[in-house]
Amino acid sequence: MQTADKPYRFPDSRGHFGPYGGVFVAETLIPALDELNAAYEACRNNPAFMAEFEYELKHYVGRPSPIYHAKRMSDSLGGAQIYLKREDLNHTGAHKVNNCIGQALVARYMGKPRVIAETGAGQHGVATATVAARYGMECVVYMGAEDVKRQAANVYRMKLLGAKVVPVESGSRTLKDALNEAMRDWVTNIHNTFYIIGTVAGPHPYPMMVRDFQAVIGAECLVQMPEMTGRQPDYVIACVGGGSNAMGIFYPYIDVPGVRLIGVEAYGEGLDSGRHSASLTGGTPGVLHGNRTYLLQSEDGQIIETHSISAGLDYPGVGPEHAWLKDSDRAEYVGVTDEEALAAFHNLCHLEGIIPALESSHAIAYAAKLAPTLPRDKILLVNLSGRGDKDMHTVAEKSGIQF
Amino acid sequence: MSRIQSVFQSLQASGRRALIPFITAGDPAPELTVPLMHALVEGGADIIELGVPFSDPMADGPTIQRASERALINGMSLRKVLALVSEFRTTNASTPVVLMGYANPIEAMGVERFVAAAGAAGVDGALVVDYPPEECEAFARTLKAGGMDPIFLLAPTSTEQRIREVATIGSGYIYYVSLKGVTGSGALDFNDVAARMPQIRQGVGMPVGVGFGIRDAESARRIGEVADAVVIGSRIIEEIENSPRDQAVARVKNFVEGVRAALDQIQGAPR
Ligand SMILES: Cc1ncc(COP(=O)(O)O)c(C=O)c1O
Repeated sequence: MQTADKPYRFPDSRGHFGPYGGVFVAETLIPALDELNAAYEACRNNPAFMAEFEYELKHYVGRPSPIYHAKRMSDSLGGAQIYLKREDLNHTGAHKVNNCIGQALVARYMGKPRVIAETGAGQHGVATATVAARYGMECVVYMGAEDVKRQAANVYRMKLLGAKVVPVESGSRTLKDALNEAMRDWVTNIHNTFYIIGTVAGPHPYPMMVRDFQAVIGAECLVQMPEMTGRQPDYVIACVGGGSNAMGIFYPYIDVPGVRLIGVEAYGEGLDSGRHSASLTGGTPGVLHGNRTYLLQSEDGQIIETHSISAGLDYPGVGPEHAWLKDSDRAEYVGVTDEEALAAFHNLCHLEGIIPALESSHAIAYAAKLAPTLPRDKILLVNLSGRGDKDMHTVAEKSGIQF
Repeated sequence: MSRIQSVFQSLQASGRRALIPFITAGDPAPELTVPLMHALVEGGADIIELGVPFSDPMADGPTIQRASERALINGMSLRKVLALVSEFRTTNASTPVVLMGYANPIEAMGVERFVAAAGAAGVDGALVVDYPPEECEAFARTLKAGGMDPIFLLAPTSTEQRIREVATIGSGYIYYVSLKGVTGSGALDFNDVAARMPQIRQGVGMPVGVGFGIRDAESARRIGEVADAVVIGSRIIEEIENSPRDQAVARVKNFVEGVRAALDQIQGAPR
């Protein structure tokens, strides 16, 4: 998992990816972040820690996740071959759990008996509640009051796992406000609390730490792709909300020449409609949630409300490393609309017998656009970041069906 | 000498403490902000901290969050806050005004443009909550070049090294956050503040204000025993929230007067 001798070496010691990232927090949080930074450095350089992390990924999560050649889908598109990295087969149904295990182990190392998390759709909340149960930790999950209403099943799941779910009534009552509230809890309860952030955002060291824990995805692909196809892919494609599944699969490929990295944002009702979540392709740089990155904001610098059919992509910021990969042209960022994602969702169900998460459907939708423009011997590796069971409700509603 | 420095100098000469109330610009209504600022001064404020509302006030508790939300609903923006400061300056040339807020509205305006506009409006300092020293060297430099003071926070957990860093980059005064947590949270530990204050005052070599958790004349007086300045925020916002619109200005003035009287009972320099 370690990539210390690679030419690409970001972030710097204070968490900067070029002009992005950093530690933009109030003084009250600085010592907590320093403490976390030191603990994470100790953990990642400790072979016993890494061995336990890998053991948990293997026996609890079910790693390595397979790569699957989506042959019928590829044939139906008539171009490049589509391969899916099956993060949907992980325990709890998405890539989120990789990071939660890593951070819970750091929390245990630091002697913190209580973990907190923010969640939008509830996937990261469920993953955090899961590992908290697994390691016997108290767990509090902050969730926007709007999302609590929209994601009742996941709220119940978290409660079954023993977590307390706190609805957040401030601001737009969605994911960004849940993150604010979790930060407030953390600054108040630093002595016994570890904040498990769910994506590659937040102040340093979070973007780096979450990336490192998720990089197992890409590291496995580096081995699996040559085994399956005799070579590395031409394109690696992943959806980008906060950007953790994308960083996880991109990071080990950054120094592999000839592999194009494509992040797919949520264009919602269209980039021109103003109702989207495309921070990188439709936003401007600014400071939010402890780091500098691309944001969806008003002219006055207020954060604006976002929209996506997939709650997991519905976030006005994006991890700072993606901002850097965009500006340095190492990765490209594109978007697909709600409608296109939904079409891809149905296609994958029908052609491959796989029900993808709506988030992941964005990556599949873009692959489906790209494949027919390329020859049949080109290879697209798509991160299927999660399964779609959680989205039954949303998809059914779109088809006019009520449970 | 900056307006902030001269305020502290004359207060110190007469053995008094600075009273620094906080309100959020545009709360409860933009047309009440300037009258509220004047009422703060009439009630005995020495410096005004004027909150610039932000959509994501991560370091604030529920009270200031609500003030921020009301102000944004009222259409408040950084540009409009600066216009309110200009308006205040037409009849008050002496009371320093420190803007307190978050980095993003400033970055959206552009640091250079902000500093020019703030200087022209008559702003004296800026406290950007999510700009710790290591992330804002250029900002602090530009602000100082524009004749304004970059104000920084210190916390009970701040290390010696941190205190030195803040002393190098900051000017005007230091804002010591007296408790863990967000603005408006509960109990204030007087003994802890009293124990830390000498080291911090000496370490930074400039006046130190203490805030977070000061709720009445008595807690203000006890903090004033050991600090150069007392900052009161959430409690004043509550006064505004709980007053009928037409009484908010008078009630805020009345509250500030009570705190002023308590601070003026203190004899001698901070212990
Ligand atoms: C399955 C799945 N994919 C992607 C995301 C988006 O997050 P990120 O961009 O951090 O991978 C989520 C978030 O909830 C998710 O559940």
